[in-house]
Amino acid sequence: MIHIRDAGALIGNLFGLVPALCVAAAGPALAAKPTPWQLGAQAPSSTVAEEVMLFHDFLLWLIFAIAIFVLALMVYACIRFRASRNPNPSRTTHNTTIEILWTVIPVLILVIVAIPSFRVLYFSEKTETPDMTIKITANQWYWTYEYPDDDVVFDSYMLEKEDIDPESQTYLLDVDNPLVVPTGKKIQLLITSNDVMHAFFLPSAVVQVYAIAGRINEGWMSLTSEGIIYGQCNQICGVNHSAMPIAVQALSPGDYETWLEEARVKFAAAPDPVRVAGGVPHE
Amino acid sequence: MSAAHAHEDEHGYGAHGAPRGFLRWLYSTNHKDIGTMYLIFAVVAGLIGGGISIYMRMELQDPGVQYMADGHVWNVYVTAHGLIMVFFVVMPALIGGFGNWFVPLMIGAPDMAFPRMNNISFWLLIPAFLLLFLSMFADGGAGVGWTIYPPMSSKLGTPGPSMDMAILSLHLAGASSILGAANFITTIFNMRAPGMTLHKMPLFAWSILVTAFLLLLSLPVLAGAITMLLTDRNFGTSFFEPAGGGDPILFLHLFWFFGHPEVYIMILPAFGIVSHVVATFSRKPVFGYLGMAYAMVAIGFIGFIVWAHHMYTVGLDVDTKAYFTAATMVIAVPTGVKIFSWIATMWGGSISFRVPMMWALGFIFLFTVGGVTGVVLANAGVDLMLHNTYYVIAHFHYVLSLGAVFGIFCGFYYWFAKMTGYNYNSMLARVHFWLTFIGVNLTFFPMHFLGLAGMPRRYIDYPDALHGWNLVASLGSYISGIGTIVFIWLIIEAFQKKRVAADNPWGDGASTLEWTLSSPPPFHTYEDLPRIR
Repeated sequence: MIHIRDAGALIGNLFGLVPALCVAAAGPALAAKPTPWQLGAQAPSSTVAEEVMLFHDFLLWLIFAIAIFVLALMVYACIRFRASRNPNPSRTTHNTTIEILWTVIPVLILVIVAIPSFRVLYFSEKTETPDMTIKITANQWYWTYEYPDDDVVFDSYMLEKEDIDPESQTYLLDVDNPLVVPTGKKIQLLITSNDVMHAFFLPSAVVQVYAIAGRINEGWMSLTSEGIIYGQCNQICGVNHSAMPIAVQALSPGDYETWLEEARVKFAAAPDPVRVAGGVPHE
Repeated sequence: MSAAHAHEDEHGYGAHGAPRGFLRWLYSTNHKDIGTMYLIFAVVAGLIGGGISIYMRMELQDPGVQYMADGHVWNVYVTAHGLIMVFFVVMPALIGGFGNWFVPLMIGAPDMAFPRMNNISFWLLIPAFLLLFLSMFADGGAGVGWTIYPPMSSKLGTPGPSMDMAILSLHLAGASSILGAANFITTIFNMRAPGMTLHKMPLFAWSILVTAFLLLLSLPVLAGAITMLLTDRNFGTSFFEPAGGGDPILFLHLFWFFGHPEVYIMILPAFGIVSHVVATFSRKPVFGYLGMAYAMVAIGFIGFIVWAHHMYTVGLDVDTKAYFTAATMVIAVPTGVKIFSWIATMWGGSISFRVPMMWALGFIFLFTVGGVTGVVLANAGVDLMLHNTYYVIAHFHYVLSLGAVFGIFCGFYYWFAKMTGYNYNSMLARVHFWLTFIGVNLTFFPMHFLGLAGMPRRYIDYPDALHGWNLVASLGSYISGIGTIVFIWLIIEAFQKKRVAADNPWGDGASTLEWTLSSPPPFHTYEDLPRIR
């Protein structure tokens, strides 16, 4: 499914027309991250992303049509009314009918856009009744992930270039400890910051929330398939702004429980004073 | 000799001649001289701001960190590029430059209403620019982005003096613009020639009038916000400091209450210029003149009530987001009226493809492209995916770099002969146009793809997969850089060759008052006021 966005399949893939078509074929995702010469969005990995990308594809057709329409009018006018062909210009400066039309028709188009837009917006904000909660704290320049119901807290740093396994990992995207979540569960994300502003951004899941000290912002996601999805900090935060990626490992609920058992041991075994900075006293 | 004449002679110049030497410029109260200084200033600042952008594209050409020391240096250049282009290139060129030159000429006024205030408006920009430029080198520079959000711009994020210098630079630039705005409003309301009612006033003067109101109402809000930031940094207040009960989000609201009108401040004068150019080279009056004028008024008004569409992901209430989505989409309507009116102006005309017309045609189409991606971004749901990515960079460069800057070049080539009295080499001008057109499209169109792929803005480095489109974008920026060299060459060539321009080189399509004057116009114009029928 990912390969459809490789260089070989460029044609017809302008601006993300394909991801929506891919949804039907979505099996277990390998990894949601950019691919070379990619034209469109990453394949959707969450329920919100599926809705948003369908709506985006609709908008894309619409704006293509509008831009082509304007271009066609201009080209026609330039050819038909060039000085050599039309030496005597008309003096027409008013036409009430057409002026009303080009005001009313755009209004109607915008109403047609607004209806699905509001539907998508309110769906993306449906934060009620989550299955579980994860608290995410941004720091210069790493993330702290906390599972408050399970007493698990750990930090997530970007892997340096020399620690990357080029076969399976991507520099600037892979981290030492990914955030691990179960698929199919509605996960509440509580996002804050310890220092300057950051933003928790997962393009393929269409999650983007600013992390701001002094307030806890809320988001949610429900991932549809297993695999790793990647994101990055998306608010300028200093020298290593581009070096605090986000990796989310989506596991089946069964595998997730297994991971959680291991995590309770692993992250309890090596208490790290830095973690206190996450706002949660360890132990 | 009359007493008045003798008085003028005391100051070393007669009633009709231009004063000579350095003092002519330093003490200038002449709208044409001040306009010229603004234009030269904008070109110099544009070379610096554009040079920075090419340096940034060099860095992004390949993955990894090649030329710059680290991400902080990158952030400093990002900040400098944004602030220079907004405050020291586009605004001085369109408002200070063309506004000063042509608003009095178009409305039949002898000069601006407050000539000495006009002088201080310009000269405030020089220390403002120096402060910003030096802030790049003071204690490592301010790497905060042009939006200067705290806490990144507070002591916590940027402890050194560079941020204070940048804030003071914005204070000075803002004061300069507020004074200029007051001057334009007074001039346009009080100094129109007899018979020129507001509804007969050329559209460029309309665009400057609306722009001046936007400046007057939005810049004080920015001034307040950055003053609070300054006291947070230096005097222990905590307006934006959560630990003291403040809130960074307050700064975002204040900044964008200024910032959104600011983007219309940059584009409205270009709308005005393009209207004149399209009418001139179609040899037809502007279609739907009143609709065009009031569309600009509508854009200016709506521009004040959409600011939070820059803040969809900061934790706004969902109903607030729904309101800002709806209000933002409404802007597409008056903007569409303008686009269609320009095309209707061409319709039935006798179109000649002179150099200014090429820039105007480029403007109309590329602004449309930037406009429709704006409609995409207006939707709060979709913006969750695209906010702060390169899609946004592509969008606002299509409306600014390919919109406002095309408008500047459109006006430059339209009025160059009028301002200087010389004709430029139109072959060089065409080369400049095509290099720029190809270059900027190669630079900015692939950024839509990068943004959809999820590449965040203000990143010095990116995963290898994004190399391809970044390489294309960098090559595009080099092409437009070559175009800029051609542009400088064109100016030098025109002054060397001294091809004398006609008073009205464009024919009967150019019907506004400035074309009734000589090229260049005399130092003092309209000593006898023209009468408009």
